[in-house]
Amino acid sequence: MKICITSQGSTLDALTEERFGRAPYFIIIDTDTESSEVLENPFAAAGGGVGPKAAQLINAHQVTALVSGMVGGNAREVLVAAGIQLYTYNSGGTVRDAMEQFNKKTLERVA
Amino acid sequence: MKIAVASGKGGTGKTMVAANLAFTLAQACDVTLVDCDVEEPNLHLFFPAPVTATDVTVPVPVIDEKTCDRCGKCGEFCQYGALTVLRERILFFPDLCHSCGGCMLVCPKNAIHEVPKRIGTITYATPLPRLILVSGYLDTGNPHAVPVIRAAKSATASDNLVIFDASPGTSCPVVETLEGCDVCIMVTESTPFGLHDLRLAVDVADRLGVPSGIVINRSDGRDEATLDFCTNHDLDVIMTIPFDREIAAIQSRGDLICRVSPEWQKAFSALYVKCRALGGVDQ
Repeated sequence: MKICITSQGSTLDALTEERFGRAPYFIIIDTDTESSEVLENPFAAAGGGVGPKAAQLINAHQVTALVSGMVGGNAREVLVAAGIQLYTYNSGGTVRDAMEQFNKKTLERVA
Repeated sequence: MKIAVASGKGGTGKTMVAANLAFTLAQACDVTLVDCDVEEPNLHLFFPAPVTATDVTVPVPVIDEKTCDRCGKCGEFCQYGALTVLRERILFFPDLCHSCGGCMLVCPKNAIHEVPKRIGTITYATPLPRLILVSGYLDTGNPHAVPVIRAAKSATASDNLVIFDASPGTSCPVVETLEGCDVCIMVTESTPFGLHDLRLAVDVADRLGVPSGIVINRSDGRDEATLDFCTNHDLDVIMTIPFDREIAAIQSRGDLICRVSPEWQKAFSALYVKCRALGGVDQ
């Protein structure tokens, strides 16, 4: 299963980012193989409407679930319509920690 | 002649200056006063009168789901994230749409047409025989003030003498209000915040090619920092209004100092003469 975790940096040891649309990086992880792919978010510093655009971007990478802190209304609508599951992680830890908690099923699913 | 009244900082007295100037001029000639602070218009409080209203609409896209093949071109084109194309459906976010019409142009299937969406109203009143008051009202919850300001401005495009009361700040609504004006009256107060925002507002007017004249409101006589700024930037202080309990009382009961005092009427007539000189208008 492919999941997307919002991150402040480009590695698994980087800190997670609470914001979705303006996260600097999206780390896409295959939970079966633990291989990962880094996407730099082109909308991190854009003017407006970044939520739906970021949602469209991660949807194009065929992820099953998104792990982030806060997801705005418009982005959420796109993610839900695209069938992407939403999980909340806001302990401020690393991407690796978020991934481990996701695998242990300790994260709250919000949509 | 088109005169804008702006400030940067809110609450410095834009509306007070605009209302008194319009009242004074309307004693002698035809004036149109336009409330461009469409998020919270308040000029009508000083000029109660019956109004007529018209709707302001903007075009937004409607997608014919049968013709659309979800190619995604419109979603890629939209810089505002208003259209998201998924495999099965398209999501449209009206609040993000800037009505540019681009989605309609790039659609290879001609599956998009536009329909009007109401975002506010414009009201018209004649509170004095020679004064027309035009007020823009943005509907609550709508994020786009600019089209309402544009509609209010174009409704008064052919009028000779127009005073535009801008919103506070220095962003798009203020830019839209100032554009095309001959002169801008910048109302400030002698506080650090007032001066900070005056600096920004004067810069905006400057970049739009609109000359500014400064009105210091609620002056306690210690205006050195503001006066220094004006000297250094070659700006004229065209009026100083004192920090005065009587003025506050008149204003608070919805009256105008020019309605109460002939002296203030003279002062605002002089303000107008200075505006004409600043704007290079000789009528």
